[in-house]
Amino acid sequence: MEESIKLICISCPQGCALEVTMEGKTITKVDGASCKRGKEYAQLEITDPRRMIASTVRVKNGFHPLVPVYTKMPVPKNMIRNVLKELREVELTAPVANGSVVIENVLGTGIDIITSREMPTSEMNRDHF
Amino acid sequence: MSEKYDLIIIGGGVVGCMIARWLSRYEGRVLLIEKEADLCMGASAANTAIVHAGYDPRPGSLKARMNVDGNQMWDQLSGELNFPFERRGDYVVAIGEKELPALDTLMEYGRKNGVPGMKLLSRAEVIAREKNINPEVSGALWATTGGICDPFGVTIAAAENAVMNGVEVLLNTKFDDFIMEENRIIGIKTNRGDFGCRWVINCAGMYSDEVMHKAGIRPEFVIKPRKGEYFVFDRADIAVDNVLFPVPSDRGKGILVTTTLHGNTIIGPNSVIFEDKEDRSTTREGLEEIWQGARKLVPSLSQKHIIGMFAGLRPYGNGPCKSPGIDYQHDFIIEIPTEVQGFVNLGGIESPGATSAPAIAQEVVDLLKDAGEKFKEKKGWDPVRRARPRFRDMNHEEQKLLIDMDPRYGRVICRCENVTEGEIVAEIHAPIPAITYDAIKRRTWLGTGRCQGGFDMPRVVKIISDELGVSPLEVTKKGQGSNFLARPTKQVEI
Amino acid sequence: MILKNLYDVVVIGSGPGGLAAAVAAKKEGAQDVLVIERDMELGGILVQCIHNGFGVEIFKEDLPGPSYAQRFIDEVSSLGVEILLDTMVLDITPQRKIYASNKRLGFVEIEARSIVLAMGCRERSRPQIRIPGTRPVGVYTAGTAQRWVNVEGYMPGNQVVILGSGDIGMIMARRLTFEGAKVERVLEVMPYLTGLTRNYVQCLLDFNIPLQLRHTVKRVLGNNCVEAVEAVQVDEKWNPVPGSEEIIPCDTLLLSVGLIPENELSRKAGIKLDPITNGPFVDDNFQTNIPGIFAAGNVVHVYDLVDWVTEAGYQAGRCAAKFAMVIRRKETYYLPLIAGDNVRYIVPHMLDKRNLEGQDIRLQMRVTQPIEQPVWVEVHDKENLVARKAERYVRPGEMVTLVLKQKHYMDIEKAVSLTIDVAPR
Repeated sequence: MEESIKLICISCPQGCALEVTMEGKTITKVDGASCKRGKEYAQLEITDPRRMIASTVRVKNGFHPLVPVYTKMPVPKNMIRNVLKELREVELTAPVANGSVVIENVLGTGIDIITSREMPTSEMNRDHF
Repeated sequence: MSEKYDLIIIGGGVVGCMIARWLSRYEGRVLLIEKEADLCMGASAANTAIVHAGYDPRPGSLKARMNVDGNQMWDQLSGELNFPFERRGDYVVAIGEKELPALDTLMEYGRKNGVPGMKLLSRAEVIAREKNINPEVSGALWATTGGICDPFGVTIAAAENAVMNGVEVLLNTKFDDFIMEENRIIGIKTNRGDFGCRWVINCAGMYSDEVMHKAGIRPEFVIKPRKGEYFVFDRADIAVDNVLFPVPSDRGKGILVTTTLHGNTIIGPNSVIFEDKEDRSTTREGLEEIWQGARKLVPSLSQKHIIGMFAGLRPYGNGPCKSPGIDYQHDFIIEIPTEVQGFVNLGGIESPGATSAPAIAQEVVDLLKDAGEKFKEKKGWDPVRRARPRFRDMNHEEQKLLIDMDPRYGRVICRCENVTEGEIVAEIHAPIPAITYDAIKRRTWLGTGRCQGGFDMPRVVKIISDELGVSPLEVTKKGQGSNFLARPTKQVEI
Repeated sequence: MILKNLYDVVVIGSGPGGLAAAVAAKKEGAQDVLVIERDMELGGILVQCIHNGFGVEIFKEDLPGPSYAQRFIDEVSSLGVEILLDTMVLDITPQRKIYASNKRLGFVEIEARSIVLAMGCRERSRPQIRIPGTRPVGVYTAGTAQRWVNVEGYMPGNQVVILGSGDIGMIMARRLTFEGAKVERVLEVMPYLTGLTRNYVQCLLDFNIPLQLRHTVKRVLGNNCVEAVEAVQVDEKWNPVPGSEEIIPCDTLLLSVGLIPENELSRKAGIKLDPITNGPFVDDNFQTNIPGIFAAGNVVHVYDLVDWVTEAGYQAGRCAAKFAMVIRRKETYYLPLIAGDNVRYIVPHMLDKRNLEGQDIRLQMRVTQPIEQPVWVEVHDKENLVARKAERYVRPGEMVTLVLKQKHYMDIEKAVSLTIDVAPR
């Protein structure tokens, strides 16, 4: 049974409008892609949609009360909720290094969540310069 | 009854604060109560900031006398209280030949009201003074005693001087009812307890009708909120250096194009009667009206340069003029009624309310004296209130000295208006503490520039929370119910 | 760190534009480079842009903003660029004098051989788009909310409407959703998306946040805090379509309605601004109309990709360094002549050391006080006497001449300045 799904490719800023034709669970045709990444994206988005997640985690005694973190690779889209839940539980203690692992192999995905920056201690407060 | 005072003033607008300052000169316990989180949040907060010359009010009215007397008191007052004030002189501009006779009428009113220093100008003279004026200008009335002020500056300065001299101020305190013994007022009930007193002075502005009705006075007197809307322009782009009025209509003085003490040009107000006394919203229709009205005077205005907009409510009353033979139904009420004892009643103090405030204060003191109140001069009364430093008004040398004195003046928080942390902290700990964002904004002008608080808001919230030792979650924009922040992050499930 | 009076290159702003300029200036050979930043840490707006999308072109990596910034912060540190944090520049002059203030040093005056302006931009505010209504708490530009959520850890509200489908608005829609708020609607006055389509997919579609094109906010409701907004459809002329109004209950309205280059300082310095971009007129060196003052990044015009801001910063920094080095060279061969005792003035005021071959140099001066007895007119380089001439008397009305010749040139070459005095023998 043929089915048609509309997608917007997010591999690059162009955002091609894709029309994906499926036969059951198999993709038979991808129209509208300007490059081969579009076909790859369509394949992935339909079988295993993934997203990069960027958020923050709490830090004790830090220069700021939060440090930004992100997933090194995209995680399954349907896990966003649970990944965020995991992050809510985390509390690091300053100083925190840039690129340090906050959660290793989050929820069994094999993907680490790391910090986007360093977070020194709060002794480096407003009056330190 | 928790406390006993001699006089209690209801309302912390420019009139209430000015009366407090006048009373602070004499012995006796004076209390001023204000229902909002800060002084100057009613009509005194949102107006054109003009000190009127006095050619506009109906000759013979109380408005006219208070206006002209009050106007003359501003030089000494601004010298004593150290608030910004400039006698810029104002222009009533006639566009087209048909409007010229109106200038003669105003001239006549002015003469009858005793306004000094008025002159009629020709078309050429007006154009020479204001290059942006509509080329169809036919002439203007130039009133040299007109001025511009900072309405918050005046109100706060008067209140601080009053407090310095012993007056007590209670914010977040709302009048509820009178406590009467037969027909004598002996106190008031408020949301924060009862207070005893011998006199109550009604400076409740928009709510002055409701206050006087509670004393059984003037049941027919009604205040309606008359809304006026304004646009504020970017200083760098538009510089109309003058105070320009159109020829007035029956709805009021009209839509001005005027400079302000901060150098911004503002336009407005229109005049529309609403119902809700708390509705200070700007409206599409109102803003369109002031835009069209202003273009009549200065056609070259561009909406691209608008950086602010606000609305004010005038307490528009139906008080009849007491002078015999004058049929005027919207005069000031300033009286000591005989129906009750212990009540000084003010009502309908809309424009020229701020201009008149010093004269009104004096009038109230005189009325009290006539009613038998014995005022004894307070020893050590100091009429002078010193202004706090304003970083942006200083030259480099003065700025250096200020920072040497307190390094927090070296930290600029509001980039557009150059307001420093030192100034913000000073206002938080001032004689009448400013602990909401808007209160600090009124006093320092932070957040009124191009970015409208975009950069400074989180920093000011942090400073307030640090200085008061409270969580940033408790910091508000204008009092209870206006907290900036709802909760910390990391708390709620997606 | 001791603050100097004079720097080769001063960069104002440490966002991507400023950091790149500082790095490039140092690498190009500028001896001292100073970055002045008003916030408490380096990075500018990147500090709060915690989402991915940065560095795809330059680093071939998809980085969050702070990580992208960290690359340059590390380089700035290793190159020995000096940094002033929590410092606001108050004024700059066309002569490249900078006035700034901070809590620790107080009021500072710094001279720069060249300046790079990298102040970025500010967000368009509510009055600039004239949304009528009340003025409750809860109406913010998206960037202000982003600062609170991502850096300070607070939510401005729980039920949000966003005006503007620009990238900042869409990014915040997702961010607020991640933190448990309900984003009710995104309204866009144009008939098309103004941000990247990929953000539409990842921020709005993924979370079923409705986007309404050709819609705007007609007014804001709520006295103390936002209680609702009235959304309305608009026609091609942006006039509301009667009957299409809808009250959307919410406690927060975020505005993502455009960025404006922040050129307050540029105006003060007399830099000519293009009324269309709202940024300075610049040449391909990113030099403004004032020689030695350059500009890079969002302060010039609004960019879409940070990688191109970095490229612009590099170019501006390189050119600023080159300009500074030309000035330095000029300084080394310009020798100031200082009027010493009893000398009112000397012309020329300075010597160009490159002219020391060949010709004599005639110094002409006048004295302040007459001396009716024999005097020495002496030229000193510090304690070292370089040249002198005897005069029988000196009077203010009569010009005094001293000629510097070939034999003096070796001393003059080595000098940093020359002082001329007239005193009795």
